[in-house]
Amino acid sequence: MPANAFNGFTDFGVGIGLRVPHYQHILSEKPVVSWFEIISENYMIDGGRPLHVLERILERYRVVQHGVSMYFGSPEPVNREHLKKLKALVRRTKTPWLTDHLCWGSVDGTYSHDLLPMPYTFEAARHTAQKIRKVRDFLEIPIAVENVSSYAEFHVSEMTEWEFLTEVVESADCGILLDVNNIYVSSRNHNFDPDDYVDGVPAERVAQIHIAGHSKFEKYILDTHDHPVIDPVWKLYARAVELVGRTATLLEWDDNIPSFAEVHNEALKANRFIPEMAVAS
Amino acid sequence: MNLIEIQHRMLDAVMQPLTPGEQMQPRARDGKSMREVAAEFIKPNDRLSSFERLEIYNRQYWFRVLASLDEDFPGLRAIIGQRRFDALCKAYLVDCPSQSFTLRNLGSRLESWLRSHPEWIQPRASLALDMVRLEWAEIDAFDGAAEPVLTPGDALASEPDPQFSLQPYLQLIKLRYPVDDLLVAIRKDSSEAGMASNAVSERRKQTRVRKVARQKPQAIYLVVHRVEYSVYFKRLEPEAFTFLKALREGKTLSDAVVLAFQRSDVHESNLLGIVQNWFENWSTLGWFCRPKSANQESISSSERQP
Repeated sequence: MPANAFNGFTDFGVGIGLRVPHYQHILSEKPVVSWFEIISENYMIDGGRPLHVLERILERYRVVQHGVSMYFGSPEPVNREHLKKLKALVRRTKTPWLTDHLCWGSVDGTYSHDLLPMPYTFEAARHTAQKIRKVRDFLEIPIAVENVSSYAEFHVSEMTEWEFLTEVVESADCGILLDVNNIYVSSRNHNFDPDDYVDGVPAERVAQIHIAGHSKFEKYILDTHDHPVIDPVWKLYARAVELVGRTATLLEWDDNIPSFAEVHNEALKANRFIPEMAVAS
Repeated sequence: MNLIEIQHRMLDAVMQPLTPGEQMQPRARDGKSMREVAAEFIKPNDRLSSFERLEIYNRQYWFRVLASLDEDFPGLRAIIGQRRFDALCKAYLVDCPSQSFTLRNLGSRLESWLRSHPEWIQPRASLALDMVRLEWAEIDAFDGAAEPVLTPGDALASEPDPQFSLQPYLQLIKLRYPVDDLLVAIRKDSSEAGMASNAVSERRKQTRVRKVARQKPQAIYLVVHRVEYSVYFKRLEPEAFTFLKALREGKTLSDAVVLAFQRSDVHESNLLGIVQNWFENWSTLGWFCRPKSANQESISSSERQP
Protein backbone atom coordinates (compact mmCIF):
# COMPACT_ATOMS: atom_id res chain seq x y z
CA MET A 1 0.00 0.00 0.00
CA PRO A 2 2.51 2.63 -1.04
CA ALA A 3 -0.17 5.15 -1.87
CA ASN A 4 -3.49 5.56 -0.13
CA ALA A 5 -6.10 8.17 0.70
CA PHE A 6 -4.35 8.91 3.98
CA ASN A 7 -1.09 10.05 2.41
CA GLY A 8 -2.63 11.83 -0.52
CA PHE A 9 -2.02 8.86 -2.87
CA THR A 10 1.69 9.62 -2.88
CA ASP A 11 4.57 7.18 -3.11
CA PHE A 12 7.32 8.68 -0.97
CA GLY A 13 10.42 6.70 -0.04
CA VAL A 14 12.72 7.13 2.94
CA GLY A 15 13.07 10.66 4.29
CA ILE A 16 14.60 12.45 7.25
CA GLY A 17 13.57 15.26 9.55
CA LEU A 18 14.70 18.74 8.52
CA ARG A 19 16.83 20.01 11.41
CA VAL A 20 18.72 23.28 11.94
CA PRO A 21 22.26 21.77 12.16
CA HIS A 22 21.79 20.37 8.63
CA TYR A 23 20.45 23.53 6.95
CA GLN A 24 23.83 24.64 5.65
CA HIS A 25 24.76 21.22 4.28
CA ILE A 26 21.43 20.70 2.54
CA LEU A 27 21.38 24.13 0.95
CA SER A 28 24.96 24.01 -0.25
CA GLU A 29 25.41 20.33 -1.13
CA LYS A 30 21.86 19.65 -2.32
CA PRO A 31 21.94 15.97 -1.35
CA VAL A 32 19.45 13.59 -2.93
CA VAL A 33 16.76 12.99 -0.33
CA SER A 34 13.38 11.51 -1.09
CA TRP A 35 11.59 13.95 1.23
CA PHE A 36 11.90 15.97 4.40
CA GLU A 37 9.58 16.05 7.35
CA ILE A 38 9.29 19.42 9.08
CA ILE A 39 7.98 20.18 12.54
CA SER A 40 5.07 22.46 11.66
CA GLU A 41 5.37 24.61 14.78
CA ASN A 42 8.93 25.64 13.88
CA TYR A 43 7.60 27.35 10.76
CA MET A 44 4.30 28.76 12.06
CA ILE A 45 5.96 32.14 12.38
CA ASP A 46 5.74 35.43 10.52
CA GLY A 47 9.17 35.60 8.87
CA GLY A 48 12.92 35.32 9.27
CA ARG A 49 15.47 32.65 8.59
CA PRO A 50 13.37 29.53 9.26
CA LEU A 51 10.82 30.49 6.59
CA HIS A 52 13.58 31.58 4.20
CA VAL A 53 15.27 28.19 4.55
CA LEU A 54 11.95 26.42 4.15
CA GLU A 55 11.29 28.29 0.90
CA ARG A 56 14.65 27.17 -0.46
CA ILE A 57 14.03 23.60 0.64
CA LEU A 58 10.61 23.64 -1.03
CA GLU A 59 12.20 24.69 -4.33
CA ARG A 60 14.00 21.37 -4.46
CA TYR A 61 12.43 18.85 -2.10
CA ARG A 62 9.11 17.34 -1.09
CA VAL A 63 8.08 18.27 2.42
CA VAL A 64 5.58 16.68 4.79
CA GLN A 65 4.36 18.48 7.89
CA HIS A 66 4.48 16.85 11.30
CA GLY A 67 2.96 18.63 14.29
CA VAL A 68 3.61 18.38 18.00
CA SER A 69 0.93 20.61 19.49
CA MET A 70 -2.48 19.87 18.00
CA TYR A 71 -3.29 17.73 21.02
CA PHE A 72 -6.27 15.93 19.51
CA GLY A 73 -7.00 14.38 22.90
CA SER A 74 -6.97 17.61 24.93
CA PRO A 75 -10.32 18.66 26.38
CA GLU A 76 -10.58 22.15 24.92
CA PRO A 77 -11.81 22.85 21.38
CA VAL A 78 -9.19 23.34 18.69
CA ASN A 79 -7.72 26.84 18.75
CA ARG A 80 -8.89 28.62 15.58
CA GLU A 81 -5.87 30.93 15.45
CA HIS A 82 -3.58 27.93 15.66
CA LEU A 83 -5.49 26.26 12.84
CA LYS A 84 -5.33 29.35 10.64
CA LYS A 85 -1.55 29.53 11.05
CA LEU A 86 -1.28 25.84 10.32
CA LYS A 87 -3.41 26.15 7.22
CA ALA A 88 -1.25 29.01 5.95
CA LEU A 89 1.77 26.74 6.31
CA VAL A 90 -0.05 23.86 4.63
CA ARG A 91 -0.66 26.11 1.63
CA ARG A 92 2.99 27.13 1.59
CA THR A 93 4.43 23.61 1.80
CA LYS A 94 1.69 21.83 -0.19
CA THR A 95 2.17 18.91 2.18
CA PRO A 96 0.24 15.95 0.75
CA TRP A 97 -0.77 14.84 4.23
CA LEU A 98 -0.32 16.12 7.74
CA THR A 99 0.54 14.24 10.90
CA ASP A 100 0.29 14.90 14.62
CA HIS A 101 0.14 12.77 17.72
CA LEU A 102 -2.58 10.70 19.32
CA CYS A 103 -2.17 12.35 22.69
CA TRP A 104 -3.13 15.32 24.80
CA GLY A 105 -0.93 18.03 26.30
CA SER A 106 -2.97 21.04 27.33
CA VAL A 107 -5.92 21.84 29.57
CA ASP A 108 -7.89 25.09 29.46
CA GLY A 109 -5.21 26.75 27.33
CA THR A 110 -2.27 25.81 29.55
CA TYR A 111 0.34 23.85 27.60
CA SER A 112 2.67 21.14 28.88
CA HIS A 113 4.64 20.93 25.60
CA ASP A 114 4.68 17.18 26.12
CA LEU A 115 2.90 14.31 24.37
CA LEU A 116 0.84 12.97 27.26
CA PRO A 117 -0.77 9.54 26.93
CA MET A 118 -4.49 8.99 26.47
CA PRO A 119 -6.61 6.80 28.72
CA TYR A 120 -7.82 4.09 26.33
CA THR A 121 -11.55 4.56 26.81
CA PHE A 122 -14.42 4.80 24.36
CA GLU A 123 -15.19 8.29 25.69
CA ALA A 124 -11.64 9.44 24.91
CA ALA A 125 -11.73 7.80 21.48
CA ARG A 126 -15.00 9.56 20.57
CA HIS A 127 -13.73 12.93 21.75
CA THR A 128 -10.41 12.56 19.93
CA ALA A 129 -11.94 11.35 16.68
CA GLN A 130 -14.36 14.26 16.64
CA LYS A 131 -11.49 16.71 16.99
CA ILE A 132 -9.47 15.04 14.25
CA ARG A 133 -12.45 15.34 11.89
CA LYS A 134 -12.82 19.05 12.68
CA VAL A 135 -9.13 19.72 12.04
CA ARG A 136 -9.19 17.75 8.78
CA ASP A 137 -12.30 19.59 7.60
CA PHE A 138 -10.64 22.92 8.28
CA LEU A 139 -7.26 22.06 6.76
CA GLU A 140 -8.72 20.15 3.82
CA ILE A 141 -5.91 17.60 3.64
CA PRO A 142 -5.55 13.99 4.85
CA ILE A 143 -4.49 13.59 8.47
CA ALA A 144 -2.62 10.71 10.06
CA VAL A 145 -2.19 10.32 13.82
CA GLU A 146 0.95 8.97 15.44
CA ASN A 147 1.07 6.54 18.34
CA VAL A 148 3.22 8.06 21.11
CA SER A 149 5.73 6.49 23.48
CA SER A 150 4.32 6.30 26.96
CA TYR A 151 5.51 5.72 30.48
CA ALA A 152 2.17 5.47 32.27
CA GLU A 153 -1.06 3.48 31.91
CA PHE A 154 -4.43 4.40 33.36
CA HIS A 155 -6.75 2.35 35.55
CA VAL A 156 -9.75 3.47 33.49
CA SER A 157 -8.42 2.08 30.18
CA GLU A 158 -10.93 -0.23 28.53
CA MET A 159 -8.77 -1.58 25.70
CA THR A 160 -5.20 -1.99 24.48
CA GLU A 161 -3.37 0.92 22.88
CA TRP A 162 -3.64 -0.55 19.40
CA GLU A 163 -7.36 -1.13 19.88
CA PHE A 164 -7.70 2.47 20.96
CA LEU A 165 -5.71 3.67 17.94
CA THR A 166 -7.95 1.60 15.68
CA GLU A 167 -11.11 2.91 17.36
CA VAL A 168 -9.95 6.51 16.88
CA VAL A 169 -8.78 6.27 13.27
CA GLU A 170 -11.84 4.35 12.16
CA SER A 171 -14.20 6.79 13.90
CA ALA A 172 -12.32 9.75 12.46
CA ASP A 173 -11.70 8.00 9.14
CA CYS A 174 -8.09 9.17 9.19
CA GLY A 175 -4.68 7.64 8.66
CA ILE A 176 -2.00 6.28 10.97
CA LEU A 177 1.57 7.42 11.33
CA LEU A 178 2.93 4.20 12.73
CA ASP A 179 5.97 4.88 14.90
CA VAL A 180 7.62 1.51 15.37
CA ASN A 181 10.16 2.90 17.81
CA ASN A 182 7.33 4.22 19.97
CA ILE A 183 5.67 0.81 19.84
CA TYR A 184 8.91 -0.80 20.96
CA VAL A 185 9.45 1.74 23.78
CA SER A 186 5.89 1.38 25.06
CA SER A 187 6.02 -2.42 24.77
CA ARG A 188 9.03 -2.49 27.08
CA ASN A 189 7.49 0.02 29.47
CA HIS A 190 4.14 -1.75 29.62
CA ASN A 191 5.07 -5.40 29.06
CA PHE A 192 3.26 -6.21 25.84
CA ASP A 193 4.39 -7.93 22.67
CA PRO A 194 5.18 -5.24 20.06
CA ASP A 195 4.28 -7.67 17.25
CA ASP A 196 0.73 -7.83 18.62
CA TYR A 197 0.55 -4.07 18.22
CA VAL A 198 1.80 -4.04 14.62
CA ASP A 199 -0.47 -6.96 13.75
CA GLY A 200 -3.41 -5.24 15.43
CA VAL A 201 -3.56 -1.93 13.59
CA PRO A 202 -5.56 -1.54 10.36
CA ALA A 203 -2.75 -1.80 7.82
CA GLU A 204 -4.74 -0.12 5.08
CA ARG A 205 -4.78 3.11 7.10
CA VAL A 206 -1.01 3.42 7.58
CA ALA A 207 0.06 6.57 5.75
CA GLN A 208 3.63 6.78 7.03
CA ILE A 209 6.11 5.03 9.34
CA HIS A 210 8.51 6.60 11.85
CA ILE A 211 11.75 5.02 12.99
CA ALA A 212 14.05 6.42 15.69
CA GLY A 213 16.48 5.64 18.48
CA HIS A 214 15.83 5.79 22.21
CA SER A 215 17.58 5.67 25.59
CA LYS A 216 17.45 2.75 27.97
CA PHE A 217 17.34 3.34 31.71
CA GLU A 218 17.31 0.83 34.54
CA LYS A 219 13.54 0.58 34.87
CA TYR A 220 12.16 2.10 31.71
CA ILE A 221 12.98 3.25 28.18
CA LEU A 222 12.77 6.89 27.17
CA ASP A 223 11.97 8.02 23.64
CA THR A 224 14.87 10.42 23.13
CA HIS A 225 15.54 10.35 19.35
CA ASP A 226 19.25 10.67 20.01
CA HIS A 227 20.63 7.31 18.93
CA PRO A 228 20.67 5.08 15.87
CA VAL A 229 17.79 2.66 15.43
CA ILE A 230 18.35 -0.59 17.35
CA ASP A 231 17.89 -4.04 15.81
CA PRO A 232 14.61 -4.95 17.55
CA VAL A 233 13.09 -1.76 16.15
CA TRP A 234 14.34 -2.60 12.64
CA LYS A 235 12.79 -6.02 13.11
CA LEU A 236 9.50 -4.39 14.01
CA TYR A 237 9.85 -2.11 11.00
CA ALA A 238 10.35 -5.15 8.76
CA ARG A 239 7.19 -6.69 10.15
CA ALA A 240 5.24 -3.46 9.61
CA VAL A 241 6.43 -3.21 6.00
CA GLU A 242 5.49 -6.82 5.45
CA LEU A 243 1.93 -6.08 6.55
CA VAL A 244 1.53 -2.56 5.23
CA GLY A 245 3.67 -2.61 2.11
CA ARG A 246 6.30 -0.08 1.09
CA THR A 247 5.32 3.09 2.91
CA ALA A 248 6.77 6.59 3.33
CA THR A 249 9.34 6.16 6.10
CA LEU A 250 11.00 8.81 8.19
CA LEU A 251 13.93 8.68 10.60
CA GLU A 252 13.63 11.05 13.57
CA TRP A 253 16.88 12.29 15.14
CA ASP A 254 16.31 15.29 17.38
CA ASP A 255 19.06 15.39 19.98
CA ASN A 256 22.84 14.96 19.78
CA ILE A 257 22.29 15.27 16.05
CA PRO A 258 25.22 13.87 14.06
CA SER A 259 26.24 14.91 10.54
CA PHE A 260 23.72 14.97 7.74
CA ALA A 261 25.41 11.97 6.11
CA GLU A 262 25.21 9.90 9.28
CA VAL A 263 21.52 10.64 9.77
CA HIS A 264 20.70 10.04 6.11
CA ASN A 265 22.66 6.77 5.98
CA GLU A 266 20.88 5.55 9.08
CA ALA A 267 17.53 6.35 7.48
CA LEU A 268 18.45 4.61 4.24
CA LYS A 269 18.99 1.36 6.12
CA ALA A 270 15.19 1.15 5.97
CA ASN A 271 15.50 0.17 2.30
CA ARG A 272 17.04 -3.16 3.36
CA PHE A 273 13.69 -4.14 4.77
CA ILE A 274 11.64 -3.18 1.72
CA PRO A 275 11.77 -6.19 -0.66
CA GLU A 276 11.73 -4.26 -3.96
CA MET A 277 14.35 -1.78 -2.69
CA ALA A 278 16.58 -4.54 -1.30
CA VAL A 279 16.60 -6.30 -4.69
CA ALA A 280 17.39 -3.03 -6.48
CA SER A 281 20.35 -2.33 -4.19
CA MET B 1 -12.71 9.11 36.66
CA ASN B 2 -13.50 10.57 33.25
CA LEU B 3 -11.14 11.99 30.62
CA ILE B 4 -11.25 15.59 31.79
CA GLU B 5 -10.75 14.68 35.44
CA ILE B 6 -7.70 12.58 34.57
CA GLN B 7 -6.26 15.35 32.44
CA HIS B 8 -6.73 17.99 35.13
CA ARG B 9 -5.13 15.79 37.78
CA MET B 10 -2.25 14.73 35.61
CA LEU B 11 -1.41 18.20 34.32
CA ASP B 12 -1.58 19.60 37.83
CA ALA B 13 0.93 16.99 39.02
CA VAL B 14 3.17 17.29 35.95
CA MET B 15 3.45 21.06 36.30
CA GLN B 16 4.16 21.07 40.02
CA PRO B 17 7.79 22.08 40.61
CA LEU B 18 10.32 19.34 41.37
CA THR B 19 12.10 19.03 44.70
CA PRO B 20 15.66 20.44 44.95
CA GLY B 21 16.85 16.89 44.18
CA GLU B 22 14.76 16.92 40.96
CA GLN B 23 12.23 14.41 42.26
CA MET B 24 8.45 14.74 42.23
CA GLN B 25 7.02 16.50 45.30
CA PRO B 26 5.76 14.13 47.99
CA ARG B 27 2.61 16.26 48.37
CA ALA B 28 0.19 17.60 45.78
CA ARG B 29 -0.80 21.26 45.82
CA ASP B 30 -3.84 20.48 47.99
CA GLY B 31 -1.62 18.71 50.56
CA LYS B 32 -2.66 15.19 49.60
CA SER B 33 0.01 12.52 49.36
CA MET B 34 1.28 12.46 45.78
CA ARG B 35 1.64 8.68 46.03
CA GLU B 36 -2.09 8.45 46.70
CA VAL B 37 -2.91 10.96 43.97
CA ALA B 38 -0.86 9.04 41.40
CA ALA B 39 -2.27 5.66 42.49
CA GLU B 40 -5.81 6.91 41.94
CA PHE B 41 -5.41 7.11 38.18
CA ILE B 42 -2.09 5.54 37.13
CA LYS B 43 -1.37 1.82 37.18
CA PRO B 44 1.92 0.61 38.65
CA ASN B 45 3.90 -2.06 36.81
CA ASP B 46 6.42 -4.68 37.93
CA ARG B 47 9.25 -2.10 38.00
CA LEU B 48 7.69 1.29 38.72
CA SER B 49 5.06 2.54 41.15
CA SER B 50 2.28 4.87 40.00
CA PHE B 51 4.24 7.72 41.62
CA GLU B 52 7.43 6.85 39.69
CA ARG B 53 5.58 6.64 36.39
CA LEU B 54 3.97 10.03 36.90
CA GLU B 55 7.33 11.41 38.01
CA ILE B 56 8.82 10.66 34.57
CA TYR B 57 6.38 13.17 33.05
CA ASN B 58 6.90 15.65 35.87
CA ARG B 59 10.65 15.63 35.32
CA GLN B 60 10.36 15.79 31.53
CA TYR B 61 8.09 18.83 31.75
CA TRP B 62 10.47 20.80 33.95
CA PHE B 63 13.62 19.78 32.07
CA ARG B 64 12.00 20.87 28.80
CA VAL B 65 10.64 24.26 29.86
CA LEU B 66 13.72 25.20 31.88
CA ALA B 67 15.98 24.28 28.97
CA SER B 68 13.90 26.49 26.73
CA LEU B 69 14.27 29.56 28.97
CA ASP B 70 17.93 28.75 29.51
CA GLU B 71 18.44 28.93 25.77
CA ASP B 72 16.42 32.12 25.31
CA PHE B 73 17.86 34.20 28.16
CA PRO B 74 21.64 33.58 28.49
CA GLY B 75 22.18 37.26 29.27
CA LEU B 76 19.83 37.27 32.26
CA ARG B 77 21.42 34.03 33.43
CA ALA B 78 24.88 35.60 33.34
CA ILE B 79 23.68 38.64 35.29
CA ILE B 80 22.03 36.79 38.17
CA GLY B 81 23.94 33.49 38.07
CA GLN B 82 22.82 29.99 37.09
CA ARG B 83 21.32 28.91 40.45
CA ARG B 84 19.28 32.04 40.92
CA PHE B 85 18.24 31.96 37.26
CA ASP B 86 16.95 28.40 37.66
CA ALA B 87 14.95 29.37 40.74
CA LEU B 88 13.61 32.48 39.03
CA CYS B 89 12.50 30.45 35.98
CA LYS B 90 10.68 27.94 38.19
CA ALA B 91 8.85 30.73 40.02
CA TYR B 92 8.01 32.45 36.73
CA LEU B 93 6.66 29.25 35.17
CA VAL B 94 4.51 28.52 38.22
CA ASP B 95 2.92 31.97 37.88
CA CYS B 96 2.98 32.12 34.07
CA PRO B 97 2.77 28.62 32.60
CA SER B 98 2.80 28.38 28.83
CA GLN B 99 -0.34 29.57 27.11
CA SER B 100 0.98 29.10 23.62
CA PHE B 101 1.30 26.09 21.34
CA THR B 102 4.97 26.96 20.85
CA LEU B 103 7.85 27.13 23.33
CA ARG B 104 9.04 30.15 21.36
CA ASN B 105 6.58 32.26 23.39
CA LEU B 106 7.50 30.86 26.80
CA GLY B 107 9.39 33.99 27.86
CA SER B 108 6.88 36.48 26.50
CA ARG B 109 5.68 37.51 29.97
CA LEU B 110 9.04 37.40 31.72
CA GLU B 111 9.73 41.15 31.68
CA SER B 112 6.31 42.09 33.05
CA TRP B 113 6.54 39.31 35.64
CA LEU B 114 9.96 40.54 36.78
CA ARG B 115 8.62 44.07 37.14
CA SER B 116 6.17 42.77 39.70
CA HIS B 117 8.74 40.42 41.28
CA PRO B 118 11.93 42.53 41.39
CA GLU B 119 13.22 40.54 44.37
CA TRP B 120 14.50 37.93 41.90
CA ILE B 121 16.83 40.37 40.16
CA GLN B 122 18.01 42.62 43.00
CA PRO B 123 20.42 44.34 43.36
CA ARG B 124 20.84 44.52 39.57
CA ALA B 125 17.18 44.96 38.68
CA SER B 126 17.59 47.71 36.06
CA LEU B 127 20.43 45.87 34.35
CA ALA B 128 18.50 42.58 34.39
CA LEU B 129 15.33 44.19 33.03
CA ASP B 130 17.29 45.82 30.22
CA MET B 131 18.78 42.44 29.34
CA VAL B 132 15.43 40.65 29.35
CA ARG B 133 13.92 43.35 27.13
CA LEU B 134 16.85 42.99 24.72
CA GLU B 135 16.71 39.20 24.67
CA TRP B 136 12.98 39.22 23.98
CA ALA B 137 13.40 41.88 21.27
CA GLU B 138 15.98 39.61 19.67
CA ILE B 139 13.48 36.74 19.55
CA ASP B 140 10.85 39.00 17.98
CA ALA B 141 13.33 40.40 15.47
CA PHE B 142 14.53 36.93 14.49
CA ASP B 143 11.22 35.63 13.20
CA GLY B 144 9.11 38.75 12.81
CA ALA B 145 7.36 39.50 9.53
CA ALA B 146 9.16 41.31 6.71
CA GLU B 147 7.17 43.35 4.20
CA PRO B 148 8.42 44.25 0.72
CA VAL B 149 11.15 46.87 1.00
CA LEU B 150 10.26 50.40 -0.06
CA THR B 151 12.06 51.36 -3.26
CA PRO B 152 12.67 54.80 -4.80
CA GLY B 153 10.18 53.84 -7.48
CA ASP B 154 7.33 53.55 -5.01
CA ALA B 155 4.77 56.30 -5.45
CA LEU B 156 4.96 57.05 -1.73
CA ALA B 157 8.23 58.93 -2.10
CA SER B 158 6.59 61.55 -4.28
CA GLU B 159 3.81 62.38 -1.78
CA PRO B 160 4.13 65.82 -0.16
CA ASP B 161 4.13 64.56 3.44
CA PRO B 162 4.27 60.75 3.33
CA GLN B 163 3.95 58.21 6.13
CA PHE B 164 6.75 55.68 6.09
CA SER B 165 6.23 52.19 7.44
CA LEU B 166 8.95 50.31 9.29
CA GLN B 167 9.59 46.61 8.88
CA PRO B 168 7.47 44.73 11.43
CA TYR B 169 10.53 42.78 12.62
CA LEU B 170 12.34 45.98 13.62
CA GLN B 171 12.47 46.42 17.42
CA LEU B 172 13.12 49.83 18.98
CA ILE B 173 14.21 49.69 22.61
CA LYS B 174 15.52 52.23 25.07
CA LEU B 175 18.07 50.90 27.55
CA ARG B 176 19.95 52.20 30.57
CA TYR B 177 22.91 49.86 30.40
CA PRO B 178 25.02 48.69 27.42
CA VAL B 179 23.49 45.22 27.51
CA ASP B 180 23.86 44.92 23.74
CA ASP B 181 27.64 44.78 24.06
CA LEU B 182 27.35 42.65 27.17
CA LEU B 183 25.16 40.06 25.45
CA VAL B 184 27.51 39.82 22.48
CA ALA B 185 30.46 39.33 24.86
CA ILE B 186 28.60 36.71 26.91
CA ARG B 187 27.79 34.75 23.77
CA LYS B 188 31.41 34.95 22.68
CA ASP B 189 32.55 33.66 26.08
CA SER B 190 30.10 30.77 25.81
CA SER B 191 31.21 29.82 22.32
CA GLU B 192 34.83 29.91 23.43
CA ALA B 193 34.04 27.85 26.53
CA GLY B 194 35.07 24.73 24.65
CA MET B 195 38.62 26.02 24.50
CA ALA B 196 38.78 27.28 28.08
CA SER B 197 37.29 25.53 31.06
CA ASN B 198 33.68 26.30 32.03
CA ALA B 199 34.90 27.83 35.27
CA VAL B 200 37.17 30.24 33.39
CA SER B 201 34.36 31.14 31.03
CA GLU B 202 31.94 31.75 33.93
CA ARG B 203 34.49 33.92 35.76
CA ARG B 204 34.99 35.96 32.62
CA LYS B 205 31.25 36.49 32.30
CA GLN B 206 30.94 37.55 35.92
CA THR B 207 33.73 40.08 35.48
CA ARG B 208 31.97 41.53 32.45
CA VAL B 209 28.64 41.73 34.30
CA ARG B 210 30.24 43.44 37.30
CA LYS B 211 31.92 45.97 35.03
CA VAL B 212 28.66 46.87 33.31
CA ALA B 213 26.68 46.90 36.57
CA ARG B 214 29.12 49.46 38.01
CA GLN B 215 28.50 51.88 35.15
CA LYS B 216 26.28 54.88 35.69
CA PRO B 217 22.97 54.32 33.87
CA GLN B 218 22.62 56.38 30.71
CA ALA B 219 20.09 56.28 27.91
CA ILE B 220 20.97 53.97 25.02
CA TYR B 221 18.72 53.96 21.97
CA LEU B 222 18.87 50.65 20.20
CA VAL B 223 17.41 49.11 17.08
CA VAL B 224 17.32 45.32 16.91
CA HIS B 225 17.19 44.48 13.22
CA ARG B 226 17.99 41.83 10.65
CA VAL B 227 20.45 41.63 7.82
CA GLU B 228 20.37 38.51 5.66
CA TYR B 229 18.24 36.80 8.32
CA SER B 230 20.78 37.37 11.10
CA VAL B 231 19.89 39.66 14.01
CA TYR B 232 22.04 42.72 14.75
CA PHE B 233 22.00 45.56 17.25
CA LYS B 234 22.46 49.17 16.12
CA ARG B 235 22.68 52.12 18.47
CA LEU B 236 21.13 55.41 17.36
CA GLU B 237 21.24 59.04 18.37
CA PRO B 238 18.19 60.00 20.46
CA GLU B 239 16.81 62.13 17.60
CA ALA B 240 17.02 59.23 15.17
CA PHE B 241 15.37 56.90 17.66
CA THR B 242 12.50 59.35 18.32
CA PHE B 243 12.10 59.82 14.58
CA LEU B 244 11.75 56.06 13.99
CA LYS B 245 9.38 55.71 16.95
CA ALA B 246 7.21 58.44 15.48
CA LEU B 247 7.14 56.75 12.07
CA ARG B 248 6.19 53.48 13.73
CA GLU B 249 3.32 55.25 15.46
CA GLY B 250 2.07 56.36 12.05
CA LYS B 251 3.19 59.99 12.14
CA THR B 252 3.87 61.75 8.85
CA LEU B 253 7.41 62.60 7.82
CA SER B 254 7.10 66.24 8.86
CA ASP B 255 5.54 65.38 12.23
CA ALA B 256 8.26 62.82 12.89
CA VAL B 257 10.96 65.40 12.12
CA VAL B 258 9.34 67.90 14.50
CA LEU B 259 9.15 65.29 17.26
CA ALA B 260 12.70 64.11 16.69
CA PHE B 261 14.29 67.53 16.97
CA GLN B 262 11.98 69.32 19.40
CA ARG B 263 14.46 68.98 22.28
CA SER B 264 17.56 68.93 20.13
CA ASP B 265 20.12 71.67 19.68
CA VAL B 266 20.76 70.75 16.04
CA HIS B 267 20.56 73.84 13.87
CA GLU B 268 17.58 73.95 11.54
CA SER B 269 19.81 74.34 8.50
CA ASN B 270 21.31 70.90 9.20
CA LEU B 271 18.04 69.03 9.56
CA LEU B 272 17.55 68.17 5.91
CA GLY B 273 21.03 66.70 5.60
CA ILE B 274 20.65 64.65 8.78
CA VAL B 275 17.30 63.22 7.77
CA GLN B 276 18.55 62.47 4.26
CA ASN B 277 21.50 60.66 5.75
CA TRP B 278 19.21 58.59 7.99
CA PHE B 279 17.08 57.62 5.03
CA GLU B 280 20.08 56.60 2.98
CA ASN B 281 21.48 54.40 5.75
CA TRP B 282 18.21 52.88 6.83
CA SER B 283 17.04 52.28 3.27
CA THR B 284 20.24 50.34 2.63
CA LEU B 285 19.40 48.22 5.66
CA GLY B 286 15.88 47.66 4.31
CA TRP B 287 14.16 49.17 7.35
CA PHE B 288 11.40 50.88 5.37
CA CYS B 289 8.66 48.85 3.83
CA ARG B 290 5.72 49.53 1.61
CA PRO B 291 2.67 50.42 3.66
CA LYS B 292 0.19 47.55 4.00
CA SER B 293 -2.38 49.49 1.96
CA ALA B 294 0.14 49.85 -0.89
CA ASN B 295 0.86 46.11 -0.81
CA GLN B 296 -2.84 45.32 -0.91
CA GLU B 297 -3.33 47.72 -3.83
CA SER B 298 -0.48 46.06 -5.64
CA ILE B 299 -1.93 42.58 -5.00
CA SER B 300 -5.39 43.69 -6.14
CA SER B 301 -4.02 45.24 -9.33
CA SER B 302 -2.00 42.10 -10.13
CA GLU B 303 -5.09 39.99 -9.52
CA ARG B 304 -6.99 42.14 -11.97
CA GLN B 305 -4.49 41.47 -14.73
CA PRO B 306 -5.66 38.90 -17.29
